[in-house]
Amino acid sequence: MRRAKHQIFSCWRGQSPPTNVMKIIVAVKQVPVRDSVIRIDTSGKWIEEEDLSFEINEPDAYALEEALLIKEKHGGEVVVLCAGPFRAGQTIREALAKGADRAIHILCEDLVSLDTLALARRLATAAAAENADLILTGLQSDDLGLGQTGVVMAEMLGIPHATIVMQVEIAGTGLRVKRELEDGWFQWIQMPMPALLTIQSGISPLRYATLMGIKKAKTKEVRHITPDEPHPVAPHTVALRRISLPQRKKETQLLTGSAAEAAAKLTNVLKFEVRVI
Amino acid sequence: MNGVLVLLEYRSGASGPTGWNRMSWEALAAGQEVAAELHQPLMAAVAGGDLDAAAADLAGKALARAYTVRHPLLAEYTADGFTTAFEQLIQLVVPSLVLFPHTYQVRDFAPRLATRFGQSLIADVIAIGMESRQPVFVRQLLQGKLTADYVHTGTGPCFASLQAGAFRADALAQGVCTVENFVPGLEASQIRSQPGERFRESAQTVDLSAASLIVSVGRGIKEQGNIPIVQELATTLGAELAASRPICDSGWLPMERQVGSSGQTVSPKVYIAVGISGAIQHLVGMKGSKAVIAINKDENAPIFEVADYGIVGDLFEVVPALTAAVRKARGA
Repeated sequence: MRRAKHQIFSCWRGQSPPTNVMKIIVAVKQVPVRDSVIRIDTSGKWIEEEDLSFEINEPDAYALEEALLIKEKHGGEVVVLCAGPFRAGQTIREALAKGADRAIHILCEDLVSLDTLALARRLATAAAAENADLILTGLQSDDLGLGQTGVVMAEMLGIPHATIVMQVEIAGTGLRVKRELEDGWFQWIQMPMPALLTIQSGISPLRYATLMGIKKAKTKEVRHITPDEPHPVAPHTVALRRISLPQRKKETQLLTGSAAEAAAKLTNVLKFEVRVI
Repeated sequence: MNGVLVLLEYRSGASGPTGWNRMSWEALAAGQEVAAELHQPLMAAVAGGDLDAAAADLAGKALARAYTVRHPLLAEYTADGFTTAFEQLIQLVVPSLVLFPHTYQVRDFAPRLATRFGQSLIADVIAIGMESRQPVFVRQLLQGKLTADYVHTGTGPCFASLQAGAFRADALAQGVCTVENFVPGLEASQIRSQPGERFRESAQTVDLSAASLIVSVGRGIKEQGNIPIVQELATTLGAELAASRPICDSGWLPMERQVGSSGQTVSPKVYIAVGISGAIQHLVGMKGSKAVIAINKDENAPIFEVADYGIVGDLFEVVPALTAAVRKARGA
């Protein structure tokens, strides 16, 4: 395939067959925990992060699990790649405790202001230097939900990709992956390596870190890199104007009181309003 | 750069569903509205192998022009084939705005396509507003807890994909248009993945779409051992039991009871959501319900945005109380 101007990495080895030791990169993101109470900050462009707790983006946890399963079956190395502020180090340590071998932490305090291209460029630059056989990441992030960082990375690296992957099989020098399509349809796809896959949530049970794993993680390598931006810095292609709390589409009638009182009110609704009992 | 180009989805493949993805018409209706606001022509395009029937359908739409992007290598979808074919079409048409329906297929290739033009796709848009004669794209953040307004600031075309159900296909104006054939330059060596046949895991034996009353359970139930609490409510009400994706992924209920974009789409008379926060993927599958009742401990859960009635409380207290109250009402 011809090289386009956004494909900036000449060091990627392209079509050469993988070496005996398989190297897998798992790109993970740290996001606010699911049931966080969200408050908009004074800029009106982001949320107050002070009192939030953070965790690994759920689909990325499944990408990590898949990488660890492949490593257990075929051998190799699992490298965690994460772009995020200093606090993301906690999520990286947890991934190492689960069994990843080492990590690359791209320190960026400006994550929120980046568009997908700028973020994917940082991740792809770090990934290119690793010459991995396989890059896995979650199908989307729980915070921004754009679902495209992985695909854009693949394009920048000039490698094939598959999205919403449910199952991964290593087949010789290539891959056989099961993709989820709409309405309960599926499809198997064959592709060469190196390749990038975005992993669907829930495809296999997640492991817990063992005590031994947590201990070992403390000695594993975490390389911190500061993004090396092109000069002049590429202009943003998309800008976030403002955030707001969603407007209710419906007026919800809240049924209050103790559990028994609320249940009695709801029973009346079922009987007299929507008439199903 | 001039014009709004909507990339539609039509399948003529050997396996799996064929014909139009109905979200195509929602995207086209949105395109019609935006093109009118921008005073720019509206165009549409579709890629595939056999597009005769698709071309006939497009000839009846109110468009400045439609394109059928035909090539034997596009007969079965591949990200490489579709990205390269649409890249060439966009270079020819030079639109200012490219819209997509946010389908699984679009999620697979559109980010790649936007990258080729040095742009970031604005994905999963729920509304398009106008400010200073520029489109403002509204998206949801944090699983629907926040709404965000985005504008395109790049110098190339703007790319945006539109969420299922966010725009109304019935608003689409009919008309007459010229359908032009476009044959992209594609070689087999450019397509690196080989797609297999499309298949379904097993025949669906539960048809939730026919149910008039559904009790649906989500993450809030915490563990499999707690499922009987909601099962009992469903049985007492004579309702079908359904679930959000994580419950089926965990194997706590069979996949065929899953409601949402990857499961079934339902529109019962009453939908009772128990411990379901209301992620977009779930709402897509149930927002057509006539009445929605939500029971959730988090008063800010997005499910309350679509709920007619709500109880903010602990489901482990509320659901058994409700089962008892319904029994009592039935007995009376």
